[in-house]
Amino acid sequence: MENKHRALGLSDQQVLDMYYYMLMARRVDERMWLLNRSGKIPFVISCQGQEAAQVGAAFAFDRTKDFICPYYRDMGVVAVFGMTARDFLLSAFAKAEDPNSGGRQMPSHFGGKKYRILTGSSPVTTQLPHAVGMALAGRMEGKDLVVYTSFGEGSSNQGDFHEGANFAGVHKLPVILFCQNNKYAISVPLSKQVACESIADRAIGYGFPGVRVNGNDPLEVYRVMKQAVDRARAGDGPTLIEAETYRLVPHSSDDDDRAYRSREEVEEAKNKDPIPLFANYLKAVGVLNEKKEREISEKVMDEVNEATIYAEKAPYPSPESTLLHVYEEKQK
Amino acid sequence: MAMISYIEAVTQALREEMLRDQRVFILGEDVGVRGGVFRATAGLYEEFGESRVIDAPLAESAIAGVAIGAAAYGMRPIAEMQFADFIMTAVNQIVNEAAKMRYRSNGDWNCPVVIRAPYGGGVHGALYHSQSIEAMFCNVPGLKVVAPSTPYDVKGLLRSAIHDNDPVLFLEHKRCYRLIKGEVPDTDYTVPIGKAEIKRDGSDLTVFAYGLMFHYVMQAAEKLALEGVQTQVVDVRTLYPLDRETIIAAAKSTGKVLIVHEDNKEGGLGSEISAVIAEECLFDLDAPIKRLCGPDVPAMPYSPPMEKFFMLGPDKIYLAMKELAEF
Repeated sequence: MENKHRALGLSDQQVLDMYYYMLMARRVDERMWLLNRSGKIPFVISCQGQEAAQVGAAFAFDRTKDFICPYYRDMGVVAVFGMTARDFLLSAFAKAEDPNSGGRQMPSHFGGKKYRILTGSSPVTTQLPHAVGMALAGRMEGKDLVVYTSFGEGSSNQGDFHEGANFAGVHKLPVILFCQNNKYAISVPLSKQVACESIADRAIGYGFPGVRVNGNDPLEVYRVMKQAVDRARAGDGPTLIEAETYRLVPHSSDDDDRAYRSREEVEEAKNKDPIPLFANYLKAVGVLNEKKEREISEKVMDEVNEATIYAEKAPYPSPESTLLHVYEEKQK
Repeated sequence: MAMISYIEAVTQALREEMLRDQRVFILGEDVGVRGGVFRATAGLYEEFGESRVIDAPLAESAIAGVAIGAAAYGMRPIAEMQFADFIMTAVNQIVNEAAKMRYRSNGDWNCPVVIRAPYGGGVHGALYHSQSIEAMFCNVPGLKVVAPSTPYDVKGLLRSAIHDNDPVLFLEHKRCYRLIKGEVPDTDYTVPIGKAEIKRDGSDLTVFAYGLMFHYVMQAAEKLALEGVQTQVVDVRTLYPLDRETIIAAAKSTGKVLIVHEDNKEGGLGSEISAVIAEECLFDLDAPIKRLCGPDVPAMPYSPPMEKFFMLGPDKIYLAMKELAEF
């Protein structure tokens, strides 16, 4: 097999890191489902199936100066930007130490200034204009930063997608609009969401490129994302990238996907699960072997286990802290 | 002290804050080359350039949302809604995003954005250029809502709003823009957000008002004074969160309370002010709390007799005050 990653300028260590982040996101996600089904946490919403798209995309950014405005499935992206298994589990258990929100928000409502992740909400696509605003602010300050924002294909119907994309296009701002097309918006399939050929086509209306990419291949996603990020950093404006993925599990722990898609379809998608596919690639080019694979897997599981124990034991926020952080606290 | 109009106070505050702080910038529809449809940003595009006075595409949610993103980054954006009536498509950004950023991030992020919106009627603006929208936003913890009445307060409160580390909805009564003039000092003063002001002393009754209605109340109070009735007038100024302390003290001092607003009555700001007074000092009152407000119809009609019927004026207010004084 041809070595694709070196041609993209990625070292062997970098692609192993990519694999680690993909696996970590997957294992954390699986753990959260287990905890949910055993009654220990109230809610989970998944990244499963989208890890390659997320990690491939995140690797194209500069984690020391770029900002991200992710959506709720972006566990792979925020992991690359610094969130740890412990951070994810603290959020799952709604503990005081949760760096996203101190236990205030549902899991996967990512945010953290130290990680350069803007705080997000539940109404979809509101983060898109925020990313545009951050890109505008960065340019006003003369910085060469680029801003990442992501959303699902259903969310590309929201006014904030179109309003934000248009603003970014008019002002040629350094922002990347990353659509993770996983084929379903809860139960509603792509065919009932949009009439256009692809989500990427929507970029035409806003005067910047739209690119479609196989979201099961982290290196392909990295390749197109890197081009878009370089373009943005050079002052050439935004890009819309649509990664074709598949949501391997129900929308959330409160959903039952048997009502709207066949088991055969889901099984078929599992054959294209990006994590084993990437492991196969890494083995074929001699970067990964059985031993190394086991080491990475054990390291990830150790982290997930440690994080689960830590987060379960960690203290809740005090009830009275409900009243804090409404406005800036007055100097006492 | 210079005598300036209400809208000149807006422009002066914007200009001086832009000179003071490079992070302050403006975005909105027609705010640049045109200087705003009301001319609130007149001259700023020429002075500060298109990068700091941004003619945004016509889309209110993006104007608010882009400003919110820039504010979270650390800038001091001032977003203009051309008419308050058009703020509705930006409500999700203001209520679910700006107002909740600090809270939902456990104090990690904050959103120092100012959203300016001309509101109110009496300008032949009909249903969609006359609305008072304040009540919708006065139930949103995390957001501050300010509605000044005088040029002095406009300038001082707009400065405070720009300095504030939380989001502020800054409501400008559009009928006041050129009608109301007042003295404004040349110094760098501010007016604190969260403080009402007793702008007229009186011992017989207390009237709470803001915006254009404040001026009509003052006119009615002068007329009533000729009959020997002394009215205390409180300019509420900050509509959310309310200055409970001043409201309670003022209500206690006369024992008779009238609340006047142009916005319709049910669920309006008067409901909350009267609830505060009923909770805190009911037994200090000598008469039932009265409210004089716009009628509970969807919005202000265009036809002159209908608009006049909707709008409160000094005469209607005078009669309500006299009736309460005689109770």
